[in-house]
Amino acid sequence: MRKLTGLLFAGGLGFMLLAIASGLDFGSPPMRIGEAIQSASPQEVGAANIVTSVVLGYRGIDTLGELAILFAAASAAGLVLGRRHTTTGTQRKGGFVLFHGGALIFPFLLTIGFYIIFHGHLTPGGGFQGGVILAAAFFLPLLARPGARLHHSILSVIEAFAGASFILIGLAALGEGQAFLQPMLNQDTLGALISAGTLPLLYIAVGLKVGAELASLLSNLAQTESEQ
Amino acid sequence: MEFFIGHYNYWVVIILMMVGLYTVISRGNLVKKIIGLNIFQVSVFFLYISLGTVEGGAAPIIAEGVKVYSNPLPHVLILTAIVVGVATTALALALVVRIKETYGTIEEDEIHNLDHSL
Repeated sequence: MRKLTGLLFAGGLGFMLLAIASGLDFGSPPMRIGEAIQSASPQEVGAANIVTSVVLGYRGIDTLGELAILFAAASAAGLVLGRRHTTTGTQRKGGFVLFHGGALIFPFLLTIGFYIIFHGHLTPGGGFQGGVILAAAFFLPLLARPGARLHHSILSVIEAFAGASFILIGLAALGEGQAFLQPMLNQDTLGALISAGTLPLLYIAVGLKVGAELASLLSNLAQTESEQ
Repeated sequence: MEFFIGHYNYWVVIILMMVGLYTVISRGNLVKKIIGLNIFQVSVFFLYISLGTVEGGAAPIIAEGVKVYSNPLPHVLILTAIVVGVATTALALALVVRIKETYGTIEEDEIHNLDHSL
């Protein structure tokens, strides 16, 4: 019965959405704000990647809100799972390939993660993507060695430091007589590695925070699994 | 016919969205419900990115000799939404772990039976 009503509901809603979507043009968006941002952002913010200049320049406080959501989700997951005692030996160790492959790939993942964070204002990528790769780098040893643990105290220090520096950079703009989180010091050439003022610093903070939070989330879940 | 091919992004979005919605409604298993929610979420990402497409536009990164760029705003919204989606999925899975420990099952019907709530 539930399947039939669900199918009817999904089908009807799908038909309604089809009717709406067939009236939408593809390839010529009705939004004009995108063009305005494209023409203004190179002079105002100075980042070659327009997405970065919107994430950290025009919508910096929104990004701070997203980081708050991420923090709330990570701490809620930690709260729900509680303190777990890892029992070694209940889970089989990873095989030879996983064990040594994990150790071999760790420095490369670290390098590419930081590369993506540092070039966030020039290339596709940035703090969020690089942070996820950093989290994967630190999670991989946990898969190879089920008994291993991440140091949660170090992770929370990194996370707190990154979050605090994001807000401090925003407050520094206030001290200069500008708006909160407004980009500063952008008198450099467009497209150079050191350009776009405070944006790369903000992205480094975002990357470290995302990496630390996802790593602690994943290790929480992994330790739960190893208990049962 | 050209109309259908020109709008195929929207058809894929709607199919994915309805698959996700149907999974959430019809399945009693909580993990399958989370999978359905994730499929629904991906369809929303796809819809936003499709709406930002500009005919012949390049990725919104300033480069020499490029005149037309895609709309950067949907990219920004989805960039943060993906990371938040991962975090909320992890929270949902953590809740499922606790439900399994408390009730011994993750089937919705059996939980309702144990609680006498239906």
